[in-house]
Amino acid sequence: MHRTAYLLLADGRFPSGGHAHSSGLEAAVVAGRVTDLAGLEQFLHGRLSYAAPVTAAFTAATHLSATRMGRAPSFAESDVKVPFLSLDRELEARTVSPALRLASRRQGRALLRAGRLTWPSELYGHLPKHPDGPHQPLALGMTAAAAGLSTEEAAQLAVYGVLTGPASAAVRLLGLDPYQVQNLLARMAGACDEIAAAAAAVAHKSPQELPAHAAPLADISAELHATWEVRLFAS
Amino acid sequence: MRALARIVAEADGRGGTRLARLRGEPPLQLRHTPDGSAAATVHLIGSAAGPLGGDDLRIEIEVGEGAVLCVRSVAASIALPGRDGSPSRTTVTATVAAGGELRWLPEQLVAAAGCRHLASSTVELAAGARLLWREELICGRHAEQPGDATVSTSVDYDGAALLRQSLTVGPGTPGWDGPAVLGGARATGSLLTVDAAAPPAPPAVLGATAVRMPLTGAATLVSATAPDAHVLRGYLSTGERSPYGG
Repeated sequence: MHRTAYLLLADGRFPSGGHAHSSGLEAAVVAGRVTDLAGLEQFLHGRLSYAAPVTAAFTAATHLSATRMGRAPSFAESDVKVPFLSLDRELEARTVSPALRLASRRQGRALLRAGRLTWPSELYGHLPKHPDGPHQPLALGMTAAAAGLSTEEAAQLAVYGVLTGPASAAVRLLGLDPYQVQNLLARMAGACDEIAAAAAAVAHKSPQELPAHAAPLADISAELHATWEVRLFAS
Repeated sequence: MRALARIVAEADGRGGTRLARLRGEPPLQLRHTPDGSAAATVHLIGSAAGPLGGDDLRIEIEVGEGAVLCVRSVAASIALPGRDGSPSRTTVTATVAAGGELRWLPEQLVAAAGCRHLASSTVELAAGARLLWREELICGRHAEQPGDATVSTSVDYDGAALLRQSLTVGPGTPGWDGPAVLGGARATGSLLTVDAAAPPAPPAVLGATAVRMPLTGAATLVSATAPDAHVLRGYLSTGERSPYGG
């Protein structure tokens, strides 16, 4: 059991820089699409249906590959990198917004830095090198593997992060009652568990077959947001 | 209804394109509509309503080296529910050889109330192949809530993933018309341009809900949401010019 490791990685105080991102909520608030708790609920349902399955599946698939590798250290170096290169390319092809690609890689880099120091492991070295860092789901899957968590736990962390980022941003952006926001998250918990379980269940598939759900406004508003001179959140 | 349509375009050796194969079956009829350009233009003519629940329609396209094929349709296709509630499916597979170009510019797909439709496209581009690929999805007919529809597009370039997108709309997906996905827009679409000879265009804002985005690779995607099909087409047509002219 690694219950405490799981809590450490899920904790918003884990120094991975996630608090700097609103996952599109800031742009939705400024555009007037989200103005209150009901709007936030709709927003979070959209994130859960569209962003979470992709993020969680790539996190779970990375975790599963890393865990298998950890058990079979005799793999040739070249064989070992193949699943991660392919996961990186397939996620890149699913992230059409350059602003979102950069946000994902920056968050991945920050998480990797924290992960390496918290749970040192040789596994991290297998992630494909990129000047902006690895995609966040790959970094999360790898860190969860280094922390000894299960594939299901890795997927759950990914789904949890997709929702808690914009939920806490909503408190700052809209001045919503934090108790009501927590109540909203608690009401969505069952749906989160289902999405996480579904993601863990496809982790063994080839990267090409993983979910590719697209949400047009996520891409469009990320690009608009990137052009602003003044903004509270990085994405 | 099950139907297969097949188009094979080849360079004719004189700077033009000839159709080595052009075969449709109801309700997928194909018509060669020469326009005097070097491209071969084919129109898809739906000879029945639909796709209806239970339909399984397939379109196979092959563009040879140096050939230029443009595929259009004469009218929007309207996905409608079948009697037994089974889903309808439209599957497009296309391959484009080096130096070939495919322009896939059909009219809109309308997801009518109660439909269960899956449109899935797989495009394989050889190194040096060019592509113009438009998808437009309208959520419901006039003043109507749509059924459930998924438009899924997968493009590989030189054997590597270039684009993977799957957009689902309809009441079966929580949040589908909410602020994180469509924001109440009834129309959404994209236009993909792949051309290794032209540098990808830099990111640009084309409108309040329309942007142009360079992908990783020699490709650019215009993506938009709009209140209706007309405004959507306006956004996408800013990127419609083929990099090769015409």
